[in-house]
Amino acid sequence: MSEIIYNTIFYIFVALVIGSAVIVAFSRNIVHSAFALLVTFFGVAGIYVFLGADFLAIAQVVIYVGGILVLILFAVMLTSKITDVKLSNPQTSPYIAGPLVFLIFVGLVWLIMTTPWQVKGTLDIGGISAIGEALLGRYLLAFEVSAVLLLGALLGATYLARKSQ
Amino acid sequence: MITLQHFLLLSAILFCLGLYIVLTRKSAVAILMGIELILNAASISFIAFGRFVVGSVDAQVFVIFIIIVAVCEAAVALAIILNIYQNFRTVDVDETRELKY
Repeated sequence: MSEIIYNTIFYIFVALVIGSAVIVAFSRNIVHSAFALLVTFFGVAGIYVFLGADFLAIAQVVIYVGGILVLILFAVMLTSKITDVKLSNPQTSPYIAGPLVFLIFVGLVWLIMTTPWQVKGTLDIGGISAIGEALLGRYLLAFEVSAVLLLGALLGATYLARKSQ
Repeated sequence: MITLQHFLLLSAILFCLGLYIVLTRKSAVAILMGIELILNAASISFIAFGRFVVGSVDAQVFVIFIIIVAVCEAAVALAIILNIYQNFRTVDVDETRELKY
């Protein structure tokens, strides 16, 4: 019984992710795309919970929804002429991109279905404490370098976005 | 039973939708949204492999780095887009051909 509920909730999250991603891809209004992206990020956070990555689910909500999406909405409001709905999110003709993406998708599905994955079952890999030990232990150098990268990106973004005189 | 393949298929679908956005959209902001979808698809694959195949926390650490790089990329790209808009009065990637205005 709990298996059925578990599967149902999983498929609800999958439908949420794919449905909103389709809206992001095909909506003609860029504001609709941006708000559908919000739902996609929340759905992906739910998928992370199903994969046992609680910390990343929280990080996904805080960073993507609270940070990146607000930045994207900010850019949408500042740059596009959102009053003319018809033209706010123009697309080129899909006759080349559509078949190309479809071919790549078929190839990926074939790869996923035919590869003999060495699945060891659902593994318990420890929670936040294990991530913390890995970040400040084996990955300490990468962690510090990414901190410098964040600082550099912050300064670079501020420099680029300032009013040019 | 939800297996590794389910998560990989979801990741493949998200990746293809993101790729389609990057290929067909004209607005630079919309292309950025597609790139975020592709990064999310990669993250889902990473965590699924870490959960079902490798069984260590390394995959989640990698996803943390993916998120960090996504944040940097979004901040710098949006600053560049704002600059382009100030100079060209459009963010259509087909219109902005000149490097020097």
